[in-house]
Amino acid sequence: MKSKFQVNNGVLLVLVAALAVFPFVSDSRTWTILLTQIFIFSILAMSYDILLGYTGIVSFGHAMFFGMGAYTTAIMLNKFEASLGVFFFSIAIGMIIAGIISFLVGLLTLRLKSHFFAMLTLAVSGLFLVLAEKWRTLTHGNDGFTFRAPELFKDRVMFYLLVLICLVLVYFFLRRFVSSPLGRVLIAVRENEQRTKSLGYKTLHYKVIASVVAGIVASLAGSLYAVSLRFVNTSVLTMDITLDALLMTIIGGVGTLIGPIIGAGVIELAQHYLSGLAKEHPIFERWIIFFGIIYILAVIFFPRGIVGTIRYAFWKRKNKDVSVVLNTSKVKEVAK
Amino acid sequence: MIWRAADERGMLILEPLLKTENLTIKFGGQTAVDHVNFAMPAKHFKSIIGPNGAGKTTFFNLISGELKPTEGDVIFRGESMAKYSSVERTRKGLGRSFQITNVFPNLTVIENVRLAVQSKENIRYQMFRHFIAYKDLHIQAEKLLEIVLLSNKANSIANQLSHGEKRKLEIAMLLALDTEVLLLDEPTAGMSLEEVPAILDVIKQIKQTGEKTILLIEHKMDMIMDLSDSIMVLFNGKLLADGTPSDIMENETVQQAYLGGLYDEQLT
Repeated sequence: MKSKFQVNNGVLLVLVAALAVFPFVSDSRTWTILLTQIFIFSILAMSYDILLGYTGIVSFGHAMFFGMGAYTTAIMLNKFEASLGVFFFSIAIGMIIAGIISFLVGLLTLRLKSHFFAMLTLAVSGLFLVLAEKWRTLTHGNDGFTFRAPELFKDRVMFYLLVLICLVLVYFFLRRFVSSPLGRVLIAVRENEQRTKSLGYKTLHYKVIASVVAGIVASLAGSLYAVSLRFVNTSVLTMDITLDALLMTIIGGVGTLIGPIIGAGVIELAQHYLSGLAKEHPIFERWIIFFGIIYILAVIFFPRGIVGTIRYAFWKRKNKDVSVVLNTSKVKEVAK
Repeated sequence: MIWRAADERGMLILEPLLKTENLTIKFGGQTAVDHVNFAMPAKHFKSIIGPNGAGKTTFFNLISGELKPTEGDVIFRGESMAKYSSVERTRKGLGRSFQITNVFPNLTVIENVRLAVQSKENIRYQMFRHFIAYKDLHIQAEKLLEIVLLSNKANSIANQLSHGEKRKLEIAMLLALDTEVLLLDEPTAGMSLEEVPAILDVIKQIKQTGEKTILLIEHKMDMIMDLSDSIMVLFNGKLLADGTPSDIMENETVQQAYLGGLYDEQLT
């Protein structure tokens, strides 16, 4: 039953190995940092895809879990010592907090129909943003604060490797998650929630589980993000983060795990190069305009995203079994 | 459970498997189902007929829990179903098919059935094993596709099936749940004449196994007469008559209200 386009583990291994040796071969600091950033956002985008691509949940509040991870790690590293132990402990704490919050929020909101749910997630994440702005003793509000990262991460390469390991682990964990019996039910919920219910599945449970897993993984991404900057402010809780995740997922391909990784690469690189072009022409200072255009074009002409389109073309040519054909309706719904 | 024990000792079963008591639902001023009392024993095949708008599907929705009654109750195995949601009723043994085809459109046919089998096998929250490792689910799903004569389409995407094939898939999914009661809502609705016999064969096969209690809504009279142990007639939400096929045929009120016109049409 495996589709032919199952990303081959061998190919993946080679890619990961290549990425692992990259910083030792090239001494470009820019690239090491850029790739680290791409890996972090890949983790975030994959977590978002669990909601959007697999379960069909449109959330506009995903940034809150990212922000929780970022703040937990930043605050703990700042208040306690900047050691590896505290760092890992803070990741765990961030994940637990994100897990509990996503569980509670999910339980309260996921009963709602998709549009109302999306609005409510927006409101809840707005609440956390305000909380972070006002609780100045802890968060220093809008200005944010810098903190010391563990000694080991002074070496950018070490941090790069750690993030790469996290990415690989998260990828394999989520891949197993979505292809488990539970994951199949998530896909069923996406396809036809009412039918899933009539088969005897309590769909609310599944949606809450999906949102908890997505929240926990997003928190990990947030923790790593904070350490990569050694700085945190309220921007980690803003809608921009959610929109980035959304864009990466859609450009890369919803309902695939490789898609969000590729999407993160495309977006981060585009961001890097477009803002670099500002010297050439002042319009590139407003590079976000181009994102808007890319987004609109992608949804109109490319609703399956990069990976989805390739997979679909492959499927059409072979007309072989793919157990899951990508559903583009959610993307169009978001676009509306 | 008491009821079950009685069954095993071969005693006369007094308590019906499924019954309704004064089942009523009102939408605004309209009474869609009006104090319907009906009962059926296990392994019985009962059909529901009635003109359009008689409340047949609403009656089904009340039994399966999609709708909550304004008054009255559904009793299954001697237990009131009032407190159970449709999901819980399915798990308890009230499975239903839908009049409007309702499958997972973008999944393959076998995946559709496998999801139903997975539910029956109670594999719900397992998240660390690959689903392919559950070979049994796949084998069971394949067997069900054989029963409904869809094996050749196992790997097609469900929304590429013809209407008749989707109905078969629907029945396969219902059978997969292995519920004691099957509520079939017009399984031949919207089918071309060529497609009907295949569905009929499937339903006959299910009946012949003698394991299922079947409640069927259907318009095609010849089909019902052949299959049913008993027939009940709904008219304007009220139970007009309930009896064996021949009783119903001879019942004058029924003939006036419903059968008259329709049955004559079919004879000519």
